[in-house]
Amino acid sequence: MSKTISIDGKEIPFQQGQTIMEAATAAGVYIPHLCHSPDYEPHGSCKLCSVKVNGRNCTACTFPAMDGQEIVNSSKELAEDRKKITQMLFIEGNHFCPSCEKTGNCQLQGVAYHLNMLDNHYPHFFADREIDSSHADILIDHNRCIFCSLCVRASKETDGKNVFSISGRGINKRLIINSDSGKLEDSDITINDCAAHICPTGAILIKRTGYTVPIGQRVYDQQQIDQVTLAKEQP
Amino acid sequence: MKPFIQEVVKSNDFKSTRLLAILRDVQAKFRFISADAIEIIAELLAIERTQIISVIEFYSFFHLRPRGQYDLLISDSITDHMMGKQSLIAQLSTQLNVAIGSVREDRLVSLDNTSCTGMCDQGPAGLINGYTLTHLTEQRINEIVTLINQQIPLSDWPANYFEVSDNIHKSNLLLTQEIYQGEALTATLNRGLTETLEEINISGLRGRGGAGFNTAMKWHFCSEEKESERYVICNADEGEPGTFKDRVILNSYANQVFEGMTVCASIIGSKQGFIYLRGEYLHLYEPLQNILDQRRKQGLLGKNISQSDLDFDIEICLGAGAYICGEESALIESLEGKRGIPRNRPPYPVTQGYLNKPTVVNNVETFLAVAHIAVNGGKQFADLGTKKSTGTKILSISGDCQMPGIFEYPFGTSIKQILNDCGAKDVLGVQVGGPSGTFISDNEFDRTLAFEDLATGGSFIIFNKDRNILDLVKNFTHFFAHESCGFCTPCRVGTSLLRKQLDKIVDGHGSSGDVVALEELCQIVKNYSHCGLGQTAANPILTTLQRYPEIYQKQLKDIGFEPGFDLDASLETARQLANRDDSNAHLTQVEE
Repeated sequence: MSKTISIDGKEIPFQQGQTIMEAATAAGVYIPHLCHSPDYEPHGSCKLCSVKVNGRNCTACTFPAMDGQEIVNSSKELAEDRKKITQMLFIEGNHFCPSCEKTGNCQLQGVAYHLNMLDNHYPHFFADREIDSSHADILIDHNRCIFCSLCVRASKETDGKNVFSISGRGINKRLIINSDSGKLEDSDITINDCAAHICPTGAILIKRTGYTVPIGQRVYDQQQIDQVTLAKEQP
Repeated sequence: MKPFIQEVVKSNDFKSTRLLAILRDVQAKFRFISADAIEIIAELLAIERTQIISVIEFYSFFHLRPRGQYDLLISDSITDHMMGKQSLIAQLSTQLNVAIGSVREDRLVSLDNTSCTGMCDQGPAGLINGYTLTHLTEQRINEIVTLINQQIPLSDWPANYFEVSDNIHKSNLLLTQEIYQGEALTATLNRGLTETLEEINISGLRGRGGAGFNTAMKWHFCSEEKESERYVICNADEGEPGTFKDRVILNSYANQVFEGMTVCASIIGSKQGFIYLRGEYLHLYEPLQNILDQRRKQGLLGKNISQSDLDFDIEICLGAGAYICGEESALIESLEGKRGIPRNRPPYPVTQGYLNKPTVVNNVETFLAVAHIAVNGGKQFADLGTKKSTGTKILSISGDCQMPGIFEYPFGTSIKQILNDCGAKDVLGVQVGGPSGTFISDNEFDRTLAFEDLATGGSFIIFNKDRNILDLVKNFTHFFAHESCGFCTPCRVGTSLLRKQLDKIVDGHGSSGDVVALEELCQIVKNYSHCGLGQTAANPILTTLQRYPEIYQKQLKDIGFEPGFDLDASLETARQLANRDDSNAHLTQVEE
């Protein structure tokens, strides 16, 4: 008999070694997430994928599925708390969706729509962050970085380059670039790197492509993030 | 610079796991780690420069810009505050003409705050170039200022400035034991390894760091892993404000601790141990090295220990100012030469710890207890304490009492008795277990010291009735925001939001909804954070809010809403630019 976990009362089969996220995605159950991508080692830092496993909060992207787990993914409490965690990501950086060229294609924004986030709730930090436009093809706007570390992992694991790294401690956490000057132009990154395209927000952008698709016709303008994600990540 | 760094890296066997040790030496020599130094280290260790930069930026004692020739840090623990630390640091700042948090222009001196240095029984305390200063007074500050201005080398400063006392006031089972060197080891080898593990099982010993996991079980799990390499780690990163018992144990009972580690190594089958010593205890580094050398000479460490086929050695690794490294998986990351970010669990360290090999991490006091149990058997230990919390607990008592210092009690002892023994009067409440623990009020003194009631890693801070609860809540809340590693959203952003929201209330800018908002925020940080730091960071607020809601309410203004920032203060730049200070250039916060 195959082993199963239960998510919101629905029995879901899983294979030994799968995480809750993997089992859920395979079964067509969406769990909100930002720092997770099925292509990379789970990170577990954004905490959006928090679910209740036998009454205890766990991150679905890192926690192994085990036979008989009773998991809550949809509840009023979780929806409310995931919204607050998303709001924390918004107020920590400087996110001005209407003037951001990633609007409509941004996963942070997509998740916020999905969680019905209508305001920022918390006071803004107005963090002093920089823009690195030194590279010919790629721009980094640190104001929009949410420290998902996907670019770090992509550069290391897919591109074999180690262009990015996370530095600093606590609220002073920051994304740093591996070059003499600390600028992107002096790094090894190229426009064809996976790391240049993986950013879920508008922190890493490809220059001169921002408005090729008009606002209103973009990914999350058409579909909710749960459908988009499942279509992309379901094996 | 290059020859020096080459020498340092070489003496660390070109191992990137020893990055912290290398950076400590470079920092001490040049007072910062320059871009050039980073390039040299990166090349010699064959690692990315970004790994080095990220480590430097993570630990408080590493710097990318030069510190002063005399680098002064003043301990910011609540107990230091209670002993007048604020006026002393202000005095230093004025007399040395250096702003707090900065370096003087001539780079002779730099001054800053630092998290609790573990000298709460002999504060106000500080660190100068990493070395502990105790019993700071106005008079001593005057003297220190003169010594600095005359550029007298630290080695010529009066020795009593650096004196650290044990202050053991009450001893029980562990602090009275005198075992001869090798006794615990001999007893273990004579009795048999399985039999000794069984004695530890009988003793009921639970980890003394605070979490209280069963020690015998942890060792058993680790020994069952199918791996050839295993590690023993002694967690001496005693960072919880108000805790200093490990400092005393390592100062006067280090042999027993090393012996406890060796017993562990023999049982789980480990050849290498580490003691992760917090950077603030730099003064203990050399004495501990000497003890290790002595033990090697006596055949108690190294190859064929006590003529058995046991090989085991211990290496001391110094931290560099990061509270989070007390968390066992963050500690392991740090030992591997990385930032102290707690790992995802599972896997737990007993299956994948140091270098992903099975690893036992135990507190200093746990290994001290193991040495006792190995010699005397488990029953004597289990006979003390309560059923769920056997044996004794060593407390670090500080704050408002006549005899701050070390007290060892059987578990189950009442708070009332402890307060009585240390000479505490007119007590308002006690912070048990440090900022991450619980604040108990004066009608809870019948409660007892035990994992099942009041658990503590050792911190026990007493507040008398002249103290303001909000002062300590503010100090603790700022501490957590400063020490959050930043890995997960709820802790990274949440602890900073807690600091803002609490300050808003304490500083008198709160309005009716603000306490509710504060409590709501506490729940997010507590329920969703990645590790124990975030999960307990809201405890100072939650435990006091539960007991003294009126204190918070009293701070609030009698209006429906008030902005989270000071309107008038925000106009200051504009006033300066316009060169105006008339009444029309000011705003009242809210129409009251």
